Amino acid sequence: MMHSSDSQWPEVSFEERMATAHFDVHPHAHIVVNSAVCADCTSRECVVACPANLFVPTSDGGVVFNYEQCFECGTCYLVCNQEGAISWSYPEGGHGIVFRRT
Amino acid sequence: MSDRTQHAANPDVDVDVIVVGAGPAGSCAAIALARAGFSVVLLERGPFPGSKNMYGGVVYPRILDELIPRWYDEAPVQRWITRRSTMVMTDTQAMSIDFRNDAWAAPPYNGATAYRPDFDHWLAGHAESAGAQLLCSTTATGLLRDRSGAVTGVTTDRPDGDLTARLVIACDGVNSFLAKDAGLYREVAAKHYTLGVKETIGLPKEVIDERFGVRGREGVDIEIIGCTSGVNGGGFVYTNLDTVAVGVVLKLPALAAQQLRPEQIIAKMKTHSAIAPLVEGGELKEYSAHLIPEAGLSMMPKLATAGLLVAGDAAALCLAAGIWLEGVNFAMASGMYAGQAAAEALRRGDTSEQGLAGYERRLTETFVLRDHRKLRRAPALVLSDRVQHRYPQMVAAVVERMFRVDNPDPKPGLRRILAQERKRAGVRRRDLARDGWAGLRTFG
Ligand SMILES: Cc1cc2nc3c(=O)[nH]c(=O)nc-3n(C[C@H](O)[C@H](O)[C@H](O)COP(=O)(O)OP(=O)(O)OC[C@H]3O[C@@H](n4cnc5c(N)ncnc54)[C@H](O)[C@@H]3O)c2cc1C
Ligand code: SF4
Ligand code: SF4
Repeated sequence: MMHSSDSQWPEVSFEERMATAHFDVHPHAHIVVNSAVCADCTSRECVVACPANLFVPTSDGGVVFNYEQCFECGTCYLVCNQEGAISWSYPEGGHGIVFRRT
Repeated sequence: MSDRTQHAANPDVDVDVIVVGAGPAGSCAAIALARAGFSVVLLERGPFPGSKNMYGGVVYPRILDELIPRWYDEAPVQRWITRRSTMVMTDTQAMSIDFRNDAWAAPPYNGATAYRPDFDHWLAGHAESAGAQLLCSTTATGLLRDRSGAVTGVTTDRPDGDLTARLVIACDGVNSFLAKDAGLYREVAAKHYTLGVKETIGLPKEVIDERFGVRGREGVDIEIIGCTSGVNGGGFVYTNLDTVAVGVVLKLPALAAQQLRPEQIIAKMKTHSAIAPLVEGGELKEYSAHLIPEAGLSMMPKLATAGLLVAGDAAALCLAAGIWLEGVNFAMASGMYAGQAAAEALRRGDTSEQGLAGYERRLTETFVLRDHRKLRRAPALVLSDRVQHRYPQMVAAVVERMFRVDNPDPKPGLRRILAQERKRAGVRRRDLARDGWAGLRTFG
């Protein structure tokens, strides 16, 4: 259902949304996704469930992943049904997401 | 690492106790132990306590009476909750039970909204004042064990990484890799978790006061069912001083099995006529996400093994039972009891699994496990398809027909409306009776 004032109150773009969260990015990726496994995955649970939208399907049928704006929530490794697709750890101490008004 | 840590009673270890995670569980464990005279290192992977932590927004700190008397004079609170609404909605309808209690605006208070980066930071400060050593920007990467398998410390991502102790308390939150490492979880499955996503929306304080019907430091807590676009879960709206927190919690398998992304589900909820007037015109200040261990007793791990205790979300002690979403108080309490039981075990010099049994005993005797036992059926019931999808339709339809004036037709009888709307919503009488009974047994 759309509310009448929607037009005066547009949703922010996903990029602007993510720009509201602060990340102290470490040069080393804390989550590594094995694209060879993803290429054979048809369910793609991570794509819809990752709150930061970090799993992006590519035109050639693969999935690309970027760790930089990760909330470190754990959703992806829990919903992924393929063994060996995601190797998950926390970023090095002091890095990654820094919440402020949560 | 021994140069940086306090001296333990036993010269073979760096410190008496390592507490991993400076969330509410870890800080309360550290306060209890440091006050009992033990040397404690409190490890936190974030740059400061609370920096990794997100929740809906209401803390119930009564349990702190024991550790920090008159906590309410100093805790970094946004607003004191004086109004609680439970809302059931369909796409175009909403029904609320709205409760106001003036007494909750004054000491000793009840619940309060607070930002976790403020609240957790404040609580960890008490652990430091009690004598615990807080080490931020340090991730525990695994457990150290002796030949018998007993936990003897942790590895960290610091250059001089290993840290040894007589006892480790894992308060490392919902993903607890330490509890998993120790083999305390029987099963780790997506079905036991919900994802919470939230928007912190900025609005002037006077606008929030006016829209939510409160004044001064009074605040509002709204829990919503039927607002998650068909994905099993629920929603919330909480008032801070000059922001409103709006979010949804979504059952993981159900979320992953459909097409709407989490932020789209929030966006849809915000367009509802019962929510839009509360938040429109506000500016998105922060978007955030975090998991909740949702399944209560049915997912709970073993709480202790030789040299290790597990508390808070790491032990799935968060209570997620529909109208209640309480985790911070369960974390503070379980952390405090873990600290007390650990002190007892260290004094006796027995940190074997039996030696640590005082922890589970304390949880069993207090609200921590009593509430979980009493409400053990609640998570499954509240997240069931009937409660999530059919009952909101049915309730809204019944109420609509009770309040609709259809002159010249006379008012229909309630019993007839109920029977008709039950059928229309596709609810069998047997299931309604069974769910009603389950609800009574669960919540009654
Ligand atoms: C969307 C949402 C809404 C919620 N709403 C409410 C609510 O309104 N009221 C309520 O009471 N509860 C609520 N909860 C639940 C509540 O947030 C948790 O139950 C509570 O935070 C648990 O506290 P904890 O100390 O056990 O864990 P956490 O608060 O998660 O703290 C764990 C700490 O450990 C640190 N850590 C983790 N791993 C490591 C490691 N390896 N090394 C070093 N440090 C580590 C983390 O950085 C963190 O600081 C909500 C949760 C969510 C997600
Ligand atoms: S991460 Fe897992 S769920 Fe996502 S595409 Fe790869 S294999 Fe599939
Ligand atoms: S941990 Fe959460 S935010 Fe990070 S990639 Fe996985 S699902 Fe996305």
